[in-house]
Amino acid sequence: MSDNRQFSTFRLDGLLLGVEVLKVQEVIRYQQMTRVPLAAETIEGLINLRGQIVTAVDLRRLFGLPPRAAGRLPMNVVARTDDGGVSLLVDEIGDVIEIQDEAFEQPPETLKGVARDLVDGIYKLEGRLLLVLNLEKTLAAA
Amino acid sequence: MDDITKEFLVESHENLDRLDRDLVALEKDPQSKETISSIFRTIHTLKGTSGFLGFTKLESVAHVGENLLSKVRDGVFVINPAITSALLATVDAVRFMLGQIEATGQPGDRDYSELVDLLARLGAGESGPASSTAPAHVSAAVAPVADPAPVVAPPSFAAPAPAPLVVATPPPASSPAPVVLPVPAAAPALAPESAEHKSPAVSDSTIRVDVVLLDKLMNLVGELVLARNQVLQFTTQCGDSAFLATSQRLNLITTELQESVMKTRMQPIGNVWSKLPRVVRDLAASCGKQVRIEMEGKETELDKTIIEAIKDPLTHIVRNSVDHGIEGPEAREQKGKPAEGCLKMRAYHEGGQVNIEITDDGGGIHTERVKKKAVERGLITSEQAARMSDHEAINLIFLPGFSTAEKVTNVSGRGVGMDVVKTNIEKIGGTVDLQSQFDHGTTLKIKIPLTLAIIPALIVTSGGDRFAIPQVSLLELVRLEAEQAHKQIEFVHGAPVYRLRGQLLPLAYLNRELKLGDRPGAADEAVNIVVLQADGHPFGLVVDEINDTEEIVVKPLGKQLKSLTAFAGATIMGDGRVALILDVLGLAQGAGVVKEVRNRGAKDAGPVNRRVLDTRQTLLLFEAGQGSRMAIPLSMVARLEEFPRSAIEYSGEQEVVQYRGQILPLIRVSDHVPAVSDVAKDRSGPMQVVVYNDHGRSVGLVVGRISDIVHAAVTGKRHAHRDGIFGSVVIQGVVTDLLDVQAIVRAAEPELAPKAA
Repeated sequence: MSDNRQFSTFRLDGLLLGVEVLKVQEVIRYQQMTRVPLAAETIEGLINLRGQIVTAVDLRRLFGLPPRAAGRLPMNVVARTDDGGVSLLVDEIGDVIEIQDEAFEQPPETLKGVARDLVDGIYKLEGRLLLVLNLEKTLAAA
Repeated sequence: MDDITKEFLVESHENLDRLDRDLVALEKDPQSKETISSIFRTIHTLKGTSGFLGFTKLESVAHVGENLLSKVRDGVFVINPAITSALLATVDAVRFMLGQIEATGQPGDRDYSELVDLLARLGAGESGPASSTAPAHVSAAVAPVADPAPVVAPPSFAAPAPAPLVVATPPPASSPAPVVLPVPAAAPALAPESAEHKSPAVSDSTIRVDVVLLDKLMNLVGELVLARNQVLQFTTQCGDSAFLATSQRLNLITTELQESVMKTRMQPIGNVWSKLPRVVRDLAASCGKQVRIEMEGKETELDKTIIEAIKDPLTHIVRNSVDHGIEGPEAREQKGKPAEGCLKMRAYHEGGQVNIEITDDGGGIHTERVKKKAVERGLITSEQAARMSDHEAINLIFLPGFSTAEKVTNVSGRGVGMDVVKTNIEKIGGTVDLQSQFDHGTTLKIKIPLTLAIIPALIVTSGGDRFAIPQVSLLELVRLEAEQAHKQIEFVHGAPVYRLRGQLLPLAYLNRELKLGDRPGAADEAVNIVVLQADGHPFGLVVDEINDTEEIVVKPLGKQLKSLTAFAGATIMGDGRVALILDVLGLAQGAGVVKEVRNRGAKDAGPVNRRVLDTRQTLLLFEAGQGSRMAIPLSMVARLEEFPRSAIEYSGEQEVVQYRGQILPLIRVSDHVPAVSDVAKDRSGPMQVVVYNDHGRSVGLVVGRISDIVHAAVTGKRHAHRDGIFGSVVIQGVVTDLLDVQAIVRAAEPELAPKAA
């Protein structure tokens, strides 16, 4: 592993989350969605991403967070997987940041519940913490 | 020319081109081990393949070239212009021979001893005596007959294209020319010329393309089809004639492009069939049978993905035919058939589909034995078996857990097989049908679509969302106006049914199945029924709206949604939005209109399931009179009808009604079953009649009230002491009398009863 890693960051109900930038295909604004009946409630729907059909997963619901305020549209972070793209619905898109490996720490024991399983670790940034999302586990949980 | 030779030619032409490049590169950089190894490998491959294919002349030329090269590779010689030229001459000679093979199937009878000699001498000349023995031997053997410098020859054959005759004519020259360096140099310039003359050279008319690229092209065409659909939607709103004309052209071109791109993914079915003769041979040998396999329509083309999907089912069918179908030689001779059995495979296109027929002239299927087995294994009831046509009975072998083989062999007889074949073929949108004549053989007919990527579909709306239904499962569309719908959709214990031309069609509401919620006011609107077929059973899917038919591009769903059996995939509609494609079978199973056991067969057809099936029956429950609960097997019921009392007429003593242009005699069940008072007679409402059909004649059984259709385990059977009653069983925890319909009919209408009974 190199010393520096780049993360694409986004916000979710006050949390700052990051996914390795190479795993992100693109970030797009809210798209019209087709709901999928009978699917798990974390599945928000399907979007047409230039001919590619992408499943949108609502991260708030996956993390057990309260629903987004009415009228606020989520953003799509489209992650690359072997199986095509999967979109993570988040509140707001942050910057792509480069972080030194030294700033990494295991998630604290006090982190409980779903988040514990889905977060690989924490990077200590100035004034805030970046939670690194384990994409594979997140998608498997959705 | 067979496929292997063709492939060899294509490959060799590619190799020769590389050789040209490599040799030139080698001259510039004689030390490059990599280049030398590459050249050596190429020549070696060429030698090996040509030897394998029996082109000995080609092989011998390549062989001496290889010898020379191996010395260069091992550092015995350093490459020099003489060697390079000789090697290039070899390349040209090989290329010429390949051209001949392509044109005539043979490398031609030109003599290459000169070149061989030259190569041998180059290989031997400057090296030590030990290494020179082998090449020297070769050159000695071929030396006596010699040509003029062989490489000069091409110009004389270059002009006449196929030239099999000209090849024979080069005048033999007396003296072998010594090392002729300038001549080979002239040859490369001539070689392309000769290639140009043969117009469709194999190497020029085909290229190898990565399948991934083809898939991508296919996807792009799919997108184009969608965009085209979108444009066509616009044209309906737009009056501009220029735009109209353009979009029509776009339409045509897109369709043509779609077809062409689809063709690139097509492969002849022969690719799958090619391994079958071996399978048949081995299997026949191990069963002690003689089987000949005949193939027709090997060149029939199918999409690559479909080819993959039918590979295993086909093998299975063939194994089955050899193992069960075709008899041993003695048995065949006794029946007056030739000892050698014949398995015929036939493939052809028909109506946008591909048909594959597998016919054997073996023992055929004994329908009675099949029925008996099926009843034994609890797959059907004996009543069902009795009513079955031969064709239906034969198709029983597709039920999971079915096997007629007397003993389990390592080949077949385990009872998993034909159902898997059927499921796999249905998975790709195909159908399987079996026809058999006892003692004369069996024909299995498979119909499969040409491609999976783009399919015609019906677009419907339910709960505000659009869904696509693949047209292969579509039977018909029925629209009921609100008033009709109220009357004609009946409920059997809450389960909605519609009588479609006399058959009860179970209904499923799409919005309820998908939990989309009822639309307000839906009750007052017309009802649209999409009649679908799932696993051979028709059922009606009630949707809010039927929109249109469209060609859709099937896209798979992501991993997160794979577990949803109600959907087969998704597609992008003309307006750019995503719509889900319904999986008709999955939906039907979810709604309970098709028994789930059927499809899961392969895995679950274990003994447990069979025992359950054994005691389960579909029964019609009704009341004959006060508080008496009775049941008859639903399979005996033709229809359920309702007649107003005023419709009753009399024919002598007999109560009859006019029914579908016939006179339907009525039998009051309560008259024939003692201890049941006739409530039906006293009531003023309409009469409930169960129409029973036997041997083409119908009888109406007047019952008090039809209460339910149940699919229940029949337990606790007790034999009856009363007339008209078979016995009593416990259904859903309540004691229920099983009506002996035939006895009642016999009592009431002796001439109606089956003669045998």
